[in-house]
Amino acid sequence: MGTELLVNLSYVAAAVLFIFGLKMLGSPATARKGNFVSAVGMFIAVVVTLLDQSIIDYKWIAVGIAVGGIIGAVVARSVAMTSMPEMVALFNGFGGIASLLVGWAALYGMDASTFQMVTIVLSILIGGITFTGSLIAYGKLSERMPGRPLVFAGQRFFNIALIIAIIACSVLFAMNPDVSLYLYLVIGLSCLLGVMLVIPIGGADMPVVISLLNSYSGLAACAAGFAINNIILIVAGSLVGASGIILTQIMCKAMNRSLSNVLFSGFSAVAGGGGAAKIEGEAKAMSADDAYYVLEAASSVVIVPGYGMAVAQAQHVVKELQEILEKNGAEVVYAIHPVAGRMPGHMNVLLAEADVSYDLLLEMDAVNPRMETFDVAIVIGANDVVNPAAREMEGSPIYGMPVINVDMARNVFVMKRSMASGFAGIDNPLFFKENTRMLFGDAKEMLSNIIKAFS
Amino acid sequence: MEIVFLAFILMLSIFLGFELINKVPATLHTPLMSGSNAISGITLVGALTSAGAEHTQLATVLGTAAVAFATINVIGGYMVTDRMLAMFKKKEDA
Repeated sequence: MGTELLVNLSYVAAAVLFIFGLKMLGSPATARKGNFVSAVGMFIAVVVTLLDQSIIDYKWIAVGIAVGGIIGAVVARSVAMTSMPEMVALFNGFGGIASLLVGWAALYGMDASTFQMVTIVLSILIGGITFTGSLIAYGKLSERMPGRPLVFAGQRFFNIALIIAIIACSVLFAMNPDVSLYLYLVIGLSCLLGVMLVIPIGGADMPVVISLLNSYSGLAACAAGFAINNIILIVAGSLVGASGIILTQIMCKAMNRSLSNVLFSGFSAVAGGGGAAKIEGEAKAMSADDAYYVLEAASSVVIVPGYGMAVAQAQHVVKELQEILEKNGAEVVYAIHPVAGRMPGHMNVLLAEADVSYDLLLEMDAVNPRMETFDVAIVIGANDVVNPAAREMEGSPIYGMPVINVDMARNVFVMKRSMASGFAGIDNPLFFKENTRMLFGDAKEMLSNIIKAFS
Repeated sequence: MEIVFLAFILMLSIFLGFELINKVPATLHTPLMSGSNAISGITLVGALTSAGAEHTQLATVLGTAAVAFATINVIGGYMVTDRMLAMFKKKEDA
């Protein structure tokens, strides 16, 4: 019994470290230490588990850890910062499949009570949804599959039927644990559900989906904890589950949409087809040289980055321009919309990579009140998050979404590859405003040209 | 009683999770997500027992696969979070 007490006390210590680690992740100054503290907690939990008496053979454990450790370390070291969203999605999926497998393996080796059967089914179910859902999110984010919502006729009906089938199979399996067919059906159908839930969601809504899947992976671990009666899984899993839900809420609020609207609006797109009024007018293009003259005279500049900055890998050039403008005596700040990019905080990570001080990154609510005071607002590859239609046009699909009001700055430069509408397929009246100038082309090239003009 | 006890732990942890995350600034949302993602790899602990207990061959196979996937999640998650956080700097002269 001595070992068991030691194991459980160590789990308490690990839980304390996770909690402190998460708390320290809340401030930029302590975040790195916090991550380390939580890693120490994980290390303790793993090491004491290895003392468990029911473990007879360490051979396969060693194989699993070696394979997983090498893959994880190599990927984590080599991934580019711009690919971070798909990377998080992928890791998330691996967490999900691991919980599925743990739940499945728990079937063998104990006489499961009905309660345990229910929790085993839950961990398989949530794990499966997390796994395939994350893989689809990975596919969309890495552009291995089309980022637009994939919808087909009868999709809603199909999904409802699928959910009913899953519930039926789960109940049948929980009552007849010996019938493997039900088990395979539950696994297969929940994996299918994960796919079906994510394919109708468009790339711009991915921040919400990733946060939600993150929450699911925690809940899956939590369910697996109930299945194998392990407290640390329950505690850590529910901490992650709760944090994922909070992030999801923050993202939804930033888009002024409900969670169900984000998850299911892909369906209505087929029926509705959008009803926004056409915007008439002419966009005025501008060359890098002309942009230079304006920037040279500007004393305050706000930069609004979006997904386009990530695509063009332009974060380092942006930083270069910031330094030049600062040397020229201008104040430069960044305005970051909560859902800019493809995951929560995506832009912040990219700018941090380019060595931009984090106190220059302002949130939308801090910038909007003083927008009139900026001489120039430079929009780099952002579209929907600066679209004034959200304020002005009641018919617009994004009406009511809080946006960065760049159109109120004295001059607006929009760097964009073409006149195509943004991800949401909504026209942007910003491009036709009196004070807006368009700089067409690759953002990185455009910025380099402006920088050249300065030297 | 055991179930009630576990349910209590579940409830308290969820509330704690809400409280902990609610005040995190937007700047740190990505590291927070990948960091908490690494924590969800705790399922590794469950996988270890399955892989090493030698109940049945199938359980060992499933357990080993689970160990591998969960380890990717844990090691990769923590390392990538650390890489990101190492870049978050405040300039001294700013």
